[in-house]
Amino acid sequence: MEQILGQLPDFLSANNIAFLAQAMAMTLALTFAGCGLGFILAFIVVYIRQTPGLWALPFRLLAILYVESFRRIPFLVTAFLVLFFIAAFIKNASLFLIAVIAICLYATAFSADIIRGGFESVPRHQIETAQALNFSRWQTLTQVIIPQSWPVILPPAMVFMVAFIKDTALVGQIGVFELAFRGRELNNKGFSGILVFGTIAFLYFVMSYPLTRFGQWLEKRLATPRSQRPVGKLR
Amino acid sequence: MIYTFQFGVIFGRMPELLQGAALTLELAMLGFWLGLAPALALAAMRSSRSAIARRLAGAYVTFLTNTPVLIHVYFMYYGLPEIGIYLDKHLAVIIGLITATSAYGCEIMRAGFLSVRQTEIEAAETLGFSRLQQIWFVIVPHIVRTVYPALANYFIILTLSTSMAMIFGVNELLGTAYNIASDNYRHIEAFTVAAGIYIVITFAATLSLAFIGQWAFRVKAKIF
Amino acid sequence: MPHLVVKDLSASYAKLRVLNGISFSLEKGEVAALIGPSGSGKSTILRVLMGLTPMSGGEVTLNGTRISYNSAASIRNARDRMAIVFQQYNLFQNMDVMRNVTIAPVKIKKRPRAEVEAEATRILTKVGLADKLHAYPDQLSGGQQQRVAIARALALRPEILLLDEVTSALDPELVNEVLDAIRDLARDGMTMLIVSHEMGFVREIANTVIMMDKGQVVESGKPADIFDNPRTDRLRDFVGKILRH
Repeated sequence: MEQILGQLPDFLSANNIAFLAQAMAMTLALTFAGCGLGFILAFIVVYIRQTPGLWALPFRLLAILYVESFRRIPFLVTAFLVLFFIAAFIKNASLFLIAVIAICLYATAFSADIIRGGFESVPRHQIETAQALNFSRWQTLTQVIIPQSWPVILPPAMVFMVAFIKDTALVGQIGVFELAFRGRELNNKGFSGILVFGTIAFLYFVMSYPLTRFGQWLEKRLATPRSQRPVGKLR
Repeated sequence: MIYTFQFGVIFGRMPELLQGAALTLELAMLGFWLGLAPALALAAMRSSRSAIARRLAGAYVTFLTNTPVLIHVYFMYYGLPEIGIYLDKHLAVIIGLITATSAYGCEIMRAGFLSVRQTEIEAAETLGFSRLQQIWFVIVPHIVRTVYPALANYFIILTLSTSMAMIFGVNELLGTAYNIASDNYRHIEAFTVAAGIYIVITFAATLSLAFIGQWAFRVKAKIF
Repeated sequence: MPHLVVKDLSASYAKLRVLNGISFSLEKGEVAALIGPSGSGKSTILRVLMGLTPMSGGEVTLNGTRISYNSAASIRNARDRMAIVFQQYNLFQNMDVMRNVTIAPVKIKKRPRAEVEAEATRILTKVGLADKLHAYPDQLSGGQQQRVAIARALALRPEILLLDEVTSALDPELVNEVLDAIRDLARDGMTMLIVSHEMGFVREIANTVIMMDKGQVVESGKPADIFDNPRTDRLRDFVGKILRH
């Protein structure tokens, strides 16, 4: 115990703090880039999955296959697959880019499920009314379905993204300099594992907890009817 | 550059992979079942009358659900030896999974407790049910129906997260695939086959959990 | 020449024949009312006319041109010329009153926004909602929502207005405000096909009453004949039940 405390001044050197701050920034960048991109792509996947008509059947099946299988592969496996696949074709590809692609592949599958649930929560008669008014499929989606399903989509999408901050710890395995990776490095340099990983856990908490609370706040706010919300920003 | 896939060398080592898959399931089962009891205890603490118990359980769950399981295992595997606690890699991983289940399971069960409607309890009271009968006939069935699907879903997520054991050199499914890939440099093929096995395992788990749920608790199953 | 001609119309729903050879016609400026017990297929006729439920046989002619309902284009054409008001109002919950009324004319019919908004304001004033232009549906009573729904249909300038049990979901004290709005439309010469359970209202406003049962037309004619001298037992039975209420 004394030994661990004795390391504290050394451990808290300006160098190490900058090192860890950088790693935190990397963790957040990976999460936001991967999940944000995945969220957008997921809309396209859901759109394809809900396209009617026989000609679209193969595309529908492909979309279903993608969503259902990627939700059943561990993220670490997806990350390795993307790493080795890209490495086989492109020499010296950026590890950050590889990690973002892996996260994006994974996040798209999960977000697609969330978005589909949101779309299906819009009452059937709202869509029928849009049809009776001659809305095109695109207009029905953008004018009616998406605005009405936000309150259902946003909270779980937020939960997924915040949870993913923790999962980024796994991309250290493909060599991205995020928080978990830096933790191993400091530990290997001789700093106490208790000190290092205790600190790292705390830093993850600092990133994850405020966003979790924000998500809970958002969910409560979106659950109130739009006419009773304080200011009309999220209408 | 053209890449030629060679799955033959991977299929040739299927027995090893299946052994790895068995270990994956074993880790998931241990992590799940051994985590349920503490999860229930924590959920009881979180809905107890004692403010200290509520706070304590709340802090534990909040901390664990906001930090990565991987870091918990790093802490146990690389940190604890400094104070004389040596854990085998398997044990460290299993404890990591158990603590995760205790925290996430607690949240799931608490949501179940909260889902019991006061009106139903009142209805049971007016029908002359005793407290015990209320719990058995009204509260428990209700909780089971809300908790079961969430726990079934959690089991799938837990099964997938056992793959982090590979980082500590545990030869579960992913670890085995990694070893095979290191032998013959067929990484893409090895991981693709592993991914396929994960899909098969978790799909089989989803299906059987859905059937058990329907048969035992009349829970409407959602497979897709 | 009649304005709307429906000939031999049939429709099935999951192998169940819900409409079986329906024929009737409607003159310009006329109000026709479909009456009959629940499940007799009244609302299905309106849904088929709007292309929301597929027809399995028959012909629909509007203003001399036949609508085939066998292509997306012909269904679009039907929806372009007819408008429907639903029992549950079905206002878009994410849009205020003004946007609910103007969105289709502006976005779908591509009419100039300023012109449509002026017209919408005029129609909404007429149905007594001048002070609710920027309210959201969940801030309005059922009667107010239904009047917005009527305004939304009118803003499309339809050749025919279809009203599907528009007062059934309303509290009794809110029924009259909606019926008043419809009376005004009839006076202005709007051609309407209505499904209603308000027999007194039907008798007052309709030129033609069409009695339906089990997917077929039982009897049709002037309100006085239908209500006072029913020829068939089925109609006598139905009218008797209604009037006893």
